[in-house]
Amino acid sequence: MNDSSAYIRHTPNLNPSLLSRLHIDGPLLLELVLLSAMGLIALFGADHGELELVVRQLIRILLGFAVLVAVAQLPPAYYRLAAPWLYLAALILLIVVLAFGQRSLGAQRWLDLGFVRLQPTELMLLALPLMLTRHLSNHTLPPDWRTVATSLLLIAMPLALILKEPDLGSALLIGVIGIFCLFVSGLNWRYLAIGAVILCAAAPIAWHFMHQYQKERILIFLNPERDPLGAGYHIIQSQIALGSGGLFGQGLLHGSQTQLDFLPESTTDFIFAVIGEQFGFLGALALVMIFLLVIQRTLRSAIRMPDHFGRLWAASMAFITFLYVVVNIGMVSGLLPVVGEPLPLVSFGGSSVVTLMAGFGVVMGLEHHQSTSWNT
Amino acid sequence: MTLPGRSTQSTSIRWFLLIAFFALLGTGLILRALWLELGARTFLLKQMAERDLRILTLPAHRGLIVDRHGEPLAVSAPVEDLCLDPRVFIRERADWAPLARMLGWPEGRLARVVEASRHEYFLYLRRDLDPFRAENILDRGIPGVFMVPADERFYPAGAIASQLVGYTNIDDQGQGGLELEFNRWLRGRDGRMEVIQNGRGQSVSVVRIISRPQPGRMLRTSLDLRLQYLAYRALRNEISKENARSGSVVVVSPQSGEILAMASFPSFNPNNRATFIPAHMRARAATDMFEPGSSFKPFTISAALVSGRYEPWSLVNTGNGVFRVGDYTIRDDADWGIINLTTLLEKSSNVGAAKIALSLPRHYLWQAYRDFGFGQTTGTGFPGESPGLLHRWFEWPPAAHAAIAYGYGVSVTALQLARAYSVLADGGIRRPLTFLDLVHPPRGRRVIPARLAHTLRTMLETVVSPAGTGFRAQIPYYRVAGKTGTARLFIHGHYSRRVYNSVFAGMAPAGHPRFVVIVIIKHATRAYFGGLVAAPVFAKVMQSALRLYGVAPSHWPKSTPPIILNDREPVS
Repeated sequence: MNDSSAYIRHTPNLNPSLLSRLHIDGPLLLELVLLSAMGLIALFGADHGELELVVRQLIRILLGFAVLVAVAQLPPAYYRLAAPWLYLAALILLIVVLAFGQRSLGAQRWLDLGFVRLQPTELMLLALPLMLTRHLSNHTLPPDWRTVATSLLLIAMPLALILKEPDLGSALLIGVIGIFCLFVSGLNWRYLAIGAVILCAAAPIAWHFMHQYQKERILIFLNPERDPLGAGYHIIQSQIALGSGGLFGQGLLHGSQTQLDFLPESTTDFIFAVIGEQFGFLGALALVMIFLLVIQRTLRSAIRMPDHFGRLWAASMAFITFLYVVVNIGMVSGLLPVVGEPLPLVSFGGSSVVTLMAGFGVVMGLEHHQSTSWNT
Repeated sequence: MTLPGRSTQSTSIRWFLLIAFFALLGTGLILRALWLELGARTFLLKQMAERDLRILTLPAHRGLIVDRHGEPLAVSAPVEDLCLDPRVFIRERADWAPLARMLGWPEGRLARVVEASRHEYFLYLRRDLDPFRAENILDRGIPGVFMVPADERFYPAGAIASQLVGYTNIDDQGQGGLELEFNRWLRGRDGRMEVIQNGRGQSVSVVRIISRPQPGRMLRTSLDLRLQYLAYRALRNEISKENARSGSVVVVSPQSGEILAMASFPSFNPNNRATFIPAHMRARAATDMFEPGSSFKPFTISAALVSGRYEPWSLVNTGNGVFRVGDYTIRDDADWGIINLTTLLEKSSNVGAAKIALSLPRHYLWQAYRDFGFGQTTGTGFPGESPGLLHRWFEWPPAAHAAIAYGYGVSVTALQLARAYSVLADGGIRRPLTFLDLVHPPRGRRVIPARLAHTLRTMLETVVSPAGTGFRAQIPYYRVAGKTGTARLFIHGHYSRRVYNSVFAGMAPAGHPRFVVIVIIKHATRAYFGGLVAAPVFAKVMQSALRLYGVAPSHWPKSTPPIILNDREPVS
């Protein structure tokens, strides 16, 4: 087959027949496995050499890979069909979480389903771009003002619900991802310029409506010494952890910030600091490089996609992953405010692992089904 | 590239911008990590040290206080102070209920305490916790809860010697009595160590010990706990029997100046801070001044004898027991007529003493009293010891010149009285008093000739004779010399007719005294004469002391068998 030979050209060192039959992109899979492995090792170090969290995370990762493979088997038309339902489901879950959700640290973000605690925001982070991708690719590109208006409505609904939780960080992510989809779909520069002006004008108003702790976080970000033992504590401790790592790190289970419990949230949001402390700059560099490779591979898929839907989706996935990485590492290293977003696939936590894997599954499926009869 | 967009150029720019955005931010992150891990490393490592290195003090063990035979008066036992870091603990709401239960607090109280100090780093939850309970609480590993080792002071003698031994505060610093006076000796020096603490404020490992704690030294005092106990019990019983307000007893060894016992009542229990009532915490024998009344007369007589103008048999006309000096009237209890100096002491004639004093120059008399140590502290260094009050001779009005002869217009402490009587007991040598167990007694200073001291003791023996005012101070088989005193209290500007100080000061055996005992009882309401109220306490304490130290009796009774049958009779 024509696409089979193209596949071999790009992945000469992997068995083409099996992976190709499973519609799996070998290098991307390998990169994802590497990331997950680094995450597990970091988790082991962050939790003082306890295996409990590692095993729980391993189960989630295996589940994530299973979902990835399963999703990749679906023909692309299914993604289009599923998009509105998925979006609707995520929206309903967001409403449900507001009504019955678990209150934790002052915000309602979790839905306890007994066997798993679900965070609908994570689901929405994929459901929204999927929905937008479908919506935009169904119309002529670049989108006209009617399409843009409906797209903005699609963005605004989950945005409002997430702001209500309140989860400022995720709401910003949702907003940025939505705008990104519009941008990639070829939105007129004029619209973008108008949007930017409106955003700047709205910033002071938004500040007025923010919760005190949200304002505090931004002020702390601007000056961590404002409250070194309170809200600035996280940023200072994580920077110290990175600094104590040096070039080669203090070694697994040897970082004093982590091992002495100075580093808060070391297994979840601040796991990058654990990596930096225990494996040094080289470890942190390796992690960032693998993330960049994942993004490069996903962008490469985007370019190779035959249609707008696939292209928009792959670009969105690359962007979501990148956004997560930048927001998290930026936060840990004190470049961005503390917003509590995990490092994808590395931080301890289930929802994001499974949703991200599903997203990459869609990317692989779209690319490898490109010449099949389902392709439109 | 097949990209969305009107023209190829526009979409190319879009893709270029996108990739440039990714590349730029990715590089930024890497550069930031590079800066933190290598560039700012030194600064951040210093910041880390500031956060996890802590200097802890290692409390020094406070020294023992023991009596002259090694019996403990104050001991330190290791305990734990339960401490809390509220900033950490406030996040651990699940642990509030169990901790409150272990402390025996209602949960609301713990919540209030924690909420009130939510921005503090350190809080004592409970101090002086015994190590077993402390370990139980610590074993739960509640974040923010930790222990600091400390010492708790125990006083085995309890209320018996509490004012004298004193007490420490919660920080192991002496606050009163010997604990305060010898605080530096007892305290030792705290050590310091550098530790690594974790984020919950718990010490994880010791980096180095900067200095080891130097334990405080033992303080061996001159006290005899047995005598102290007997003195305290005799005093307490007498005060409750006579319904008196308060009192004190001092026992001194005249040859060395060592204080063997110093009891005050009412007292307090130093092991229970609920009993800490300031009025009960004074060591009255050292801090309280009073007018000595007749117990001061021997020193007037001593001055008269030293002057060479009087002999023990010299006669003084006391008239009909009433003597006017200016507008001031001096009275005797009875009309004694013409008496010699010995009878003067025996009957305690105020008129006689006043006439003798007026016949001596004021500055001479003043110097004589100074020589016995009045108007000066006794040299114990006891915290709050009063120097008494002896006005300088040129400040005396004529009435004071007469009244001072029988102990009015002069204020003394029980310790001063003990020292002055010790001069008589020890052949005329004045020594400083001390609470320390001495190896070599200080040499002292001779203030009256030894012959005269002996004469005065003989004269004072008549006081304790069946005919004297102090007959209740008699002790079987021992010669006792002493003097009673009954002084009206000066209250609201005049001398009270109802409130008296009852005093007895004496020594035994009279030939070569081993002990001087002073008894002061304030405001006895049934009887008030020193000979009736204070003398029995003197007899009990002195008898106990003589027996405890195996002092040979002065004489065997003629008609009773040589076996003392009432040996086992309770001392009280």
